[in-house]
Amino acid sequence: MASATSSDTFPQMGSLGDVHMSAERRLPDSPVNPVMETRDLNVFYGDFHAVHDVNLAYGRHEITAMIGPSGCGKSTVLRCLNRMNDLVAGAHVEGGVLYHGQDIYEKNVDPIAVRTQIGMVFQKPNPFPKSIYDNIAYGPRVTGMKVDNMDDLVEEALRGAALWDEVKDKLKQSAYGLSGGQQQRLCIARTIATKPDVILMDEPCSALDPIATARVEDLMLELRNEYTIIVVTHNMQQAARVSDRTAFFTARPDETTGNRTGLLVEYDLTSTIFSNPNDKRTEDYISGRFG
Amino acid sequence: MSIAATTARETVQLATGRSRERSPGSLVFLGLLWFSLFFGVMVLVVLIADTAIAGAGRFDADLVTRYDSTLTPERTGFRAGILGSLWLMLFTALMAVPLGIAAAVYLEEFADSRRWYNRIIEVNLQNLAAVPSIVYGLLAVAVMALIGIERKGIVLGGAIALALLILPVIIITTREAVRAVPEEIRQGSLALGATTWQTTWRQVLPSAVPGIATGTILGLSRAIGEAAPLLMLGLASSVRFDPEGMMSPITALPIQIYGLSSSSQDAFQEAASAAIIVLLVMILGLNGLAIFIRNKFQRSW
Amino acid sequence: MSSTSSTGAGPSFGTGLPGAPIDLGRKARPAETAIKAVLFASAMLSVAITIGILVALIEPVVHFFAEVPFREFFSFDEGTRFAVFPLITATMVTTVIALLVAVPLGLGAAMYLSEYASRRARKILKPTVELLAGVPSVVYGFFAVMFVTPTLLQDILGLGVGFTNALAAGLVLGVMIIPTIASLAEDAFSAVPQALRQGSYAMGANRMQTTLRVVLPAALSGVAAAIVLGLSRAVGETMIVALAAGSQKNFSLNPLEGMQTMTGFMATTAGGENPVGSTSYNTLFAVGLTLFVITFVINMISIALVRRYRQAY
Repeated sequence: MASATSSDTFPQMGSLGDVHMSAERRLPDSPVNPVMETRDLNVFYGDFHAVHDVNLAYGRHEITAMIGPSGCGKSTVLRCLNRMNDLVAGAHVEGGVLYHGQDIYEKNVDPIAVRTQIGMVFQKPNPFPKSIYDNIAYGPRVTGMKVDNMDDLVEEALRGAALWDEVKDKLKQSAYGLSGGQQQRLCIARTIATKPDVILMDEPCSALDPIATARVEDLMLELRNEYTIIVVTHNMQQAARVSDRTAFFTARPDETTGNRTGLLVEYDLTSTIFSNPNDKRTEDYISGRFG
Repeated sequence: MSIAATTARETVQLATGRSRERSPGSLVFLGLLWFSLFFGVMVLVVLIADTAIAGAGRFDADLVTRYDSTLTPERTGFRAGILGSLWLMLFTALMAVPLGIAAAVYLEEFADSRRWYNRIIEVNLQNLAAVPSIVYGLLAVAVMALIGIERKGIVLGGAIALALLILPVIIITTREAVRAVPEEIRQGSLALGATTWQTTWRQVLPSAVPGIATGTILGLSRAIGEAAPLLMLGLASSVRFDPEGMMSPITALPIQIYGLSSSSQDAFQEAASAAIIVLLVMILGLNGLAIFIRNKFQRSW
Repeated sequence: MSSTSSTGAGPSFGTGLPGAPIDLGRKARPAETAIKAVLFASAMLSVAITIGILVALIEPVVHFFAEVPFREFFSFDEGTRFAVFPLITATMVTTVIALLVAVPLGLGAAMYLSEYASRRARKILKPTVELLAGVPSVVYGFFAVMFVTPTLLQDILGLGVGFTNALAAGLVLGVMIIPTIASLAEDAFSAVPQALRQGSYAMGANRMQTTLRVVLPAALSGVAAAIVLGLSRAVGETMIVALAAGSQKNFSLNPLEGMQTMTGFMATTAGGENPVGSTSYNTLFAVGLTLFVITFVINMISIALVRRYRQAY
């Protein structure tokens, strides 16, 4: 898995033109009727101001990538989108996160209901210490989903994650017997089994080797037809390969405390960000001058 | 050697042949540390050997099958004490284990450690773990008075005392077992829309079971050797019938040992020595079971 | 992007019109709420236990002092029936002897485990030391009476001690608390950052010098906490002193004499024929409360010390 780091961590891009751009499809300049939006989103951990005034709109059936150097707040923003940040002691959020126009941080909103609509895939594959079958069935069971035939649902989810053919004969075996890439696709299958609307992915390939990474990326492109995907990645090539739009974040150190607060620099179609960025900082970052 | 000697003559002598780690002072120090480490083991060996020899004449069936007897000291037995201790363990576990696990789960999975009341619980637990066992006996006396049971020396009272005594032990070890379950598992579950309790019940607790079992057994092995709190509850050292229920008067093996050790008759002291070996075997058995469970079932994440 | 296309496996609402009402409202989860309440109550029980201990002790003590004047309880005179100070001094004598045994041996074991033993050796050696804590105190007490006093003190050392004496009780008590001190002190030593040790080695110090002059001072508050907790254990331990230290009040600091400690007194009184509610029975609670207060203060000091070294690193 160590071999993955060379291709993962830093882009050795000779020219960005070589990179296959997925955004050949024609998209409007900004998302029409976005599924989710952040409005002046500010996140604090205790006194620490982690993210400052982020305004973003995530388009339906699009893959939106959030990139930037470490500590730029991109994962923090992602975790606000399904209220996983609630679980961090001392975290609090100002501004709004709209999901179909509803602010999910409103008082009477149930974070659990939010998470059933907005699923999440994590950096490190985290299958449950159960069988493959039970990993998939877990979500529908705990959320009380009406399921006519669980076997069918499991198969559907595994097919959806392009894992069925590899595991159909060992559904009752422990998920821990799968390879890292298979585990990550299992986690994606687990997420789509609960039939979410949006899937958040937090550096989903950073623990995977290049072949497994390619398979997950292919899967993301397929899932785009049915889901809205928001992905955090530190791999710029990955953002260029899979995403429709890219948001570039950076971190600004506070003059007095030295704490680094993340902020959104630029948000545009991926093709624009990578070929003709507006902001000097974006250009420096994607050309590897700063990172 | 000669090359080293000539070249090193004018420079700092590194290969002196003497290691600073092996200076006499260091060696004495290391010896003292070794002594510290093995002193306790030596005492234990002497204790077991001395007791086993003293009780050697009494390793017979009477020891575990007969009640105590003042008429025939050489045939006195510990049937009532052994059964009493086992009954106490059963009811102690029934009371302490669910409560202890519930408290531990609350503190690890639900409590916000910045709230003042949760901090009080935290400090209070650490304190309770170090309260003398005899004080738990007095507390159990008060609890029995509170629920209006005047009978002394019964299963219920003893089990309450021992349950209160090992509750902090169970809470602390359960918390460790629960904490060892990686955060990613919880996050994965919550991200699928599970509630905190669903996550706890279906993911965290099943993974923590071996650790909880180990901690519980170690707590029970501490309780089975306790005599002081049971003394407070008036457990008699001589009981000549088997326990029949929660309200049944009983004795316990440590209480019987205590009762006999102040006796001046050699036969009773021989019996007490043999009973100590029985008690140690029971404790060793429990510890062995705990280690077995830990090694066999514990998942390393 | 028109949003009306069907999505097969996709969610029914996923492609609904933007702003289609999706119920995100809080749901009542009565079971979840009830469970949380039960769990919270279980955790609060530990606080209730502490309060219960105080109430359980104080109530009989109020009755006790209604009948016995303060000066008769807080008296040094061993002839006074309810005097507590002879019991406290006896507890002090056995505790000091125990600490004289357990502090050097416990710290020595902790130093070896933390600074010298390999990871694998530690895995075997640590449980071995902790075995000592698993032996029931009544067994230690029996050992003190049957072996330490007659064989070790009288025969081998030739001391003129009686059947019961503070020395035998204190020595065995010390052995019993070795694991308490060793285990906590080892935690404190292990918490000392590796950089401090490396700094010391870089200046040419050997392992002993590093252990004694760098690790030990750096871990001092943790070591203090370990000793204080050992102290608390020694003060509260009952069966060893009940069997081996003596059952007569004796206001003396001579460890060769028999003397009754606080816990020894409680064990004897509870085992006796005092009717519930009588003044002699209530003495049990008066002494018990004294013991609880003493150990409570000691424990709090230990907890505060542990907190200090946790904060330091």
